[in-house]
Amino acid sequence: MPPTGFSPNLTVNLAVNGAQQAVTVDVRSSLLDLLREQLHLTGAKKGCNHGSCGACTVLIDGRRVLSCLTLAATCDGAAVTTVEGLAQEGGLHPLQAAFIEHDAFQCGYCTPGQLVSGVACIAEGHTGSLQETREWMSGNICRCGAYPGIVAAVCNVARKLES
Amino acid sequence: MSQGSVGKPMDRVDGMLKVTGRAKYAAEHVLPNLAHAVIVTSTVAKGQVILLDANAARCAAGVIAVISHLNAPKLPYREHKSPLDPAGERLHVLQDDAVLFNGQPIAIVVAETLDQAEYAASLVRAEYASKTPSLDFVGALGHAVMPDVSRVPNSPFPASTCRGDPELALAKADVKIDAEYLIPRQQHNPIEPHATIAQWEGDQLTLWDKTQWVVNVRNELAAIFGLSPDNVHVISPFVGGAFGTTLRAWSHVTLSALAAKYVGRPVKLVLTRRQMYSQTGYRPETWQRVTIGASYNGRLSAIVHRAVAETSNYEQYVDRVVDSSRFLHSCPNVATHYAILPLDVHTPVYMRAPGTASGIFALECAMDELAYELQMDPVALRLLNEPARDESVNLPFSSRSTRECYRLGSEHFGWAARKPEPRSMRDGRWLIGWGMATSVYHTICGRAEARVRLFADGHAEVESAASDMGPGTYTSMTQVASDTLGIRPECVRFSLGDSTFPYASPHGGSLTMASVGSAVYRACMTARAKILALLHADARSPLRGASLDIIDATDGRLFLRANQSCGERYQEIFERHGLDVLEVTEMMQPGDEQHQYSMKAFGALFAEVGVDRDLGIIQVRRMVGVYAAGRIVNPKMARSQLISGMVGGIGMALMEHTITDRQSGCIVNADLANYLVPVNADIGALEPFFVEESDPHVNPLGVKGVGELALVGVAPAIANAIFHATGKRIREFPITADKLI
Repeated sequence: MPPTGFSPNLTVNLAVNGAQQAVTVDVRSSLLDLLREQLHLTGAKKGCNHGSCGACTVLIDGRRVLSCLTLAATCDGAAVTTVEGLAQEGGLHPLQAAFIEHDAFQCGYCTPGQLVSGVACIAEGHTGSLQETREWMSGNICRCGAYPGIVAAVCNVARKLES
Repeated sequence: MSQGSVGKPMDRVDGMLKVTGRAKYAAEHVLPNLAHAVIVTSTVAKGQVILLDANAARCAAGVIAVISHLNAPKLPYREHKSPLDPAGERLHVLQDDAVLFNGQPIAIVVAETLDQAEYAASLVRAEYASKTPSLDFVGALGHAVMPDVSRVPNSPFPASTCRGDPELALAKADVKIDAEYLIPRQQHNPIEPHATIAQWEGDQLTLWDKTQWVVNVRNELAAIFGLSPDNVHVISPFVGGAFGTTLRAWSHVTLSALAAKYVGRPVKLVLTRRQMYSQTGYRPETWQRVTIGASYNGRLSAIVHRAVAETSNYEQYVDRVVDSSRFLHSCPNVATHYAILPLDVHTPVYMRAPGTASGIFALECAMDELAYELQMDPVALRLLNEPARDESVNLPFSSRSTRECYRLGSEHFGWAARKPEPRSMRDGRWLIGWGMATSVYHTICGRAEARVRLFADGHAEVESAASDMGPGTYTSMTQVASDTLGIRPECVRFSLGDSTFPYASPHGGSLTMASVGSAVYRACMTARAKILALLHADARSPLRGASLDIIDATDGRLFLRANQSCGERYQEIFERHGLDVLEVTEMMQPGDEQHQYSMKAFGALFAEVGVDRDLGIIQVRRMVGVYAAGRIVNPKMARSQLISGMVGGIGMALMEHTITDRQSGCIVNADLANYLVPVNADIGALEPFFVEESDPHVNPLGVKGVGELALVGVAPAIANAIFHATGKRIREFPITADKLI
């Protein structure tokens, strides 16, 4: 139990989807809870809160991370990208458009994590084959089972970006 | 209906919201002054709470209240049962010291922030007077009982049925199969956890809730709090997967409302993944025994199908485990027995294709065993025993295209190249197996209402208290309204998930398209008829005196089907008659057709597995499924549902297994790291196909629904393929490598 009068808060400077901000966070808070409960950016989803499902996937400095396992306090100086930050200039990111085209979701709850993971998967160069893409997209569970559409969307966008 | 978007693979109308993160799920509604609640749960399965020490929690920073049976208000818990609720009495949460299962809520902590509530919840200490629980399903099979509901006349779930003389027929049969099958408890595990935000304004309760049935949550919460249903408003525009788990209002919904009332502030309550395993339902653990008798030429002479499924000690959950055995294959002598086994657990609930998916596993594996015994091809065995009518109720099928499913499935899969001997097909170190099974799900239609408002500018708003947990209700209803009104899909706004909208049956059992879709269709047709009534004596209208059956509409314009140039736009009609909006509410309810026809959707599943000859690792390399489900409103989304069922079936057959500690009742793998579900790497080529089927009897739209059908038959097709690959008949799910080596 913390001693009386202990203030478990600290200030973190971070950029979320390009917007630089200073936020006061509870030292126990995950980046996911900071995004959802404090900043009301609910695109990143809480599915398991244990790093098992991938619904909370965001980019930190371009790398995909599980925001439920990332302490907000460690994000000082970080550039965080959530699904809300993928779209460019009012349009959709090509992968967002491809998800709609390939019906790569049903309920839509894992979708933000799949999209962020997919964007990173393409950037990492892990889309050489269907099998490779499946392997590198396996950290994101889709309980509706939209996997074939997800892989088709990721691979198609990867091919388009290559050419 | 005019030819338009129905039948076309239209993109989801809510796709944009879902891919941009703007779709708002239950826990995501922002309210001022919102407090956060976290549940504390029991750690024993049976007994009483004798001490609940909340002092440390109450003193922790940010804590507003700790509520337990010691200080919770007594709630009226008026009698209320939806048609889906089981016999017995629901859990009365925080009303006394009794512990009925491990993981039961015993306290709730409310704090300013989630972190504060979580920390304080960890400080609550409880002690119990614990009793020895009954938790060993297989060990207690002898204590199974007949469910009460099936003693009620005309119950849809008769516990025991018999036609002919199965025992005599079995005694005389040339060939007999007698086998037992086990399915462990399985969890829905939608990725969105159950969540509720509750807000009181006086005696008016508003709930933002994850639910497949807003109307039922309204009625149930009104009963629990002793309110009129008008005082409860339930809002649920997006549901992040459900598969049946939100067909009841579980105790956390009550807890959120109770906490909000207690602290006088809106409260958000989200279950943890672990809590989902013990506070919401599941597919029950099920034991089955199937005995089949046949002649040497492959004709079935007897089927006896017995099942026992777990339930709680306070409610009797029942489903259709044995039902399909009565009609799927032609057989003169059939007996089915269904019993339940009450344990010190919480109550199961409908999970995708409830009962049917479990029962078909046993029946279709037993049929495969029979095919080997007879040295017959499994498809040929089924074709030989194809019934001409539903022998269980002696009615014709409204439509049944199983032969076409078998034929097309065999063709697409390449079944003719199958070598029947087990272990006869190889790919390097992989033993290859091909297996198949039949799929079936009964077509349900429930009462549903829809309200249509057609505006002068030619756009329409359509509302029903329906839900969309993923199949695409928003989109398919938009298509039906668009075609029926003859306006472009962009001109339709369909809204759902609000208990103040016209009534809809539960979003489950694949009945939404048939029920809500038919209501939308009727409401739109009535709107058209009302417009024609306006024009009946309108000398200025080119459509004056025209009747509904000679009229068509597209792009906001009504015209004569025989002469398209003769017509006028809605806008012109509305302006001339001084109308801003035309409002119509219509209802769909099932008629007499259920007594005239047996209404079911069918399918055939074909699976190829590879099994590592030394390690027993199983890969589902490819699956072909062919389905006959009446009219398909949106083939793109229907295809997604069928693929979804195949993925779910792979989980059911090879991975999913809720493990309960038989001493404490603790679920030991209550997370997504240890309760395995399929991930992308587990999925091979999945190919669904449709058989063209026109069924004029089922409902006005001619749809049968595919959500449940999609899961049925997948797991047995895989199990049968594994036998073909390895020669090992595994009759217990999940089929894992250790069972094959």
